[in-house]
Amino acid sequence: MSDLRELYQEVILDHAKRPRNFRIMPDADHQADGHNRLCGDKLRVFLKVRDGKVDAVSFHGEGCAISKASASLMTETLAGKTVAEAQDIFERFHALLTSPVEDDGAAESLGKLAVFAGVREFPVRVKCATLAWHTLQAAMAQRPDAPAAAVSTE
Amino acid sequence: MSMATAKPPAVAGTRPDGARPVFNGEKIRADFPILTTLCHGKRLAYLDNAATSQKPRCVIDAVTRYYQSQNANIHRGVYSLSEEATGAYEAGREAARRFLHARDAREIIFVRGTTEAINLVASAYGQRNIAAGDDIILSAMEHHSNIVPWQLLCERTGAHLRVIPMNDRGELCMDAYEKLFGPRTRFVSVVHVSNSLGTVNPVKEIVRIAHSHGVPVMLDGAQAAWHLPINVQELDCDFYAFSGHKTCGPTGIGVLYGKLNFLEKMPPYQGGGDMIASVTFEKTTYADVPHRFEAGTPNIAGVIGLHAALDYLAAVEGPEMLAHERDLLAYAQQRMAEAPGLRIVGTAADKISVISFVLEHVHPHDIGTILDGEGVAVRTGHHCCQPVMDRLAIPATARASLAFYNNQADVDQLVAGLRRVLEVFA
Repeated sequence: MSDLRELYQEVILDHAKRPRNFRIMPDADHQADGHNRLCGDKLRVFLKVRDGKVDAVSFHGEGCAISKASASLMTETLAGKTVAEAQDIFERFHALLTSPVEDDGAAESLGKLAVFAGVREFPVRVKCATLAWHTLQAAMAQRPDAPAAAVSTE
Repeated sequence: MSMATAKPPAVAGTRPDGARPVFNGEKIRADFPILTTLCHGKRLAYLDNAATSQKPRCVIDAVTRYYQSQNANIHRGVYSLSEEATGAYEAGREAARRFLHARDAREIIFVRGTTEAINLVASAYGQRNIAAGDDIILSAMEHHSNIVPWQLLCERTGAHLRVIPMNDRGELCMDAYEKLFGPRTRFVSVVHVSNSLGTVNPVKEIVRIAHSHGVPVMLDGAQAAWHLPINVQELDCDFYAFSGHKTCGPTGIGVLYGKLNFLEKMPPYQGGGDMIASVTFEKTTYADVPHRFEAGTPNIAGVIGLHAALDYLAAVEGPEMLAHERDLLAYAQQRMAEAPGLRIVGTAADKISVISFVLEHVHPHDIGTILDGEGVAVRTGHHCCQPVMDRLAIPATARASLAFYNNQADVDQLVAGLRRVLEVFA
């Protein structure tokens, strides 16, 4: 097994213990619930989009260190990005976690999110790291006046 | 004897001369080939026995032998190989009867596992006996497999579920149970031993109360069957189910026990070969119990493996094994309490095998990953018991579950692993 420190890097532990943008956003215009049934992770992602850009993003809920840190870093990364940019980042992030070979270039282009590269060695934890992102996608696809959408990484 | 209501004496296994016999754990461990394998280069401490048991060599050999030298379909051929396979299959039924102390081998139906057994009863018994406005009683600590089949029945019929509450220790509230009965109560289905909390429920009392209201009872014995001696006649339950893979046997095989007078009045569960007496396009006559409930070619190899497993358990089970399991549980709970911030979930006065726990500030999933790196296999999550987690207001737990082939070294490895978890999350 790979060194656990590859998985539980300091940045990840820091964000898991003190998640950023960890709050309910009452005036969000998009929101969705994510549920990882395997381990019981449940989180809600809140989003405000203005002129095609992420104006504000936050999350709330319960989860393991990987899912919480991933959600926290996601919210930091996405502020000010366009919806298309957010989608692109998710695709590269997903590839980082699931591609059979390491790709240093891809990792570098992801900035802080590259700390999740270690998750690749722990396939059952990929769902934890991607839960917030799948939930974000559902939130973006949701019409502003519709009830919260729900996704599951099962 | 009933393990359900009578707690074993504190000196279980004591010999008349007062000396406590030593349970030969090392000899037993040598029967299980998988226990010598390595996990991430470390000794395997398999502590996920509530999910599935490991298999002794005799079970693996029995299944191999069947496929190598006995394989034929049953209840069909007149040739000797088929007769031999039929004989081996029906001998498995007798072994299951013996294991459960049932009166008659016709009361033993082979199914895929406990889940299918419950579905069979909900479907075949429910179809004839449960209607709109009727009540079915379950408990707050049921596995999803003893909830969903009844919900499906309720959806089909318009019946309702009533739930026996439990206290914070994970014990059923028996006063509340008795009050759930009404004129429309038609069935009770309760777990014998909780897979998420380890609680041993007072099932004999549960059956007695239900019968005083004229209501039949099914017991889910998936967790109980290899930890406690099961005597369905003493329990007086009307149905009992357990899974082969949780009793040292193969996956895909399980047993439904039903009292003959119930089974004989139940319609088939599935149609097909082997469950009929005669078929024309106008009319089919069904086979007698138990074959009426075993449509199609059954899991013959599974039955043969299960037979070997039940024989094996019969040889190792007894007061010494129970004492070993209880001692190990006490040792584990005591050692785990050393970990700061650790809380054991499920503290029933009568519990076995299962230690569900949470660690302050560390999610069970992270505990599971780190323990895996230390060679320790535990389950993390909701254990197919989401209502239990909701009741206790926790999203998930980590769960170490013990078997008779576990030893103190396994527990010590778990405790060392927990120290590692605390280091990482310090």
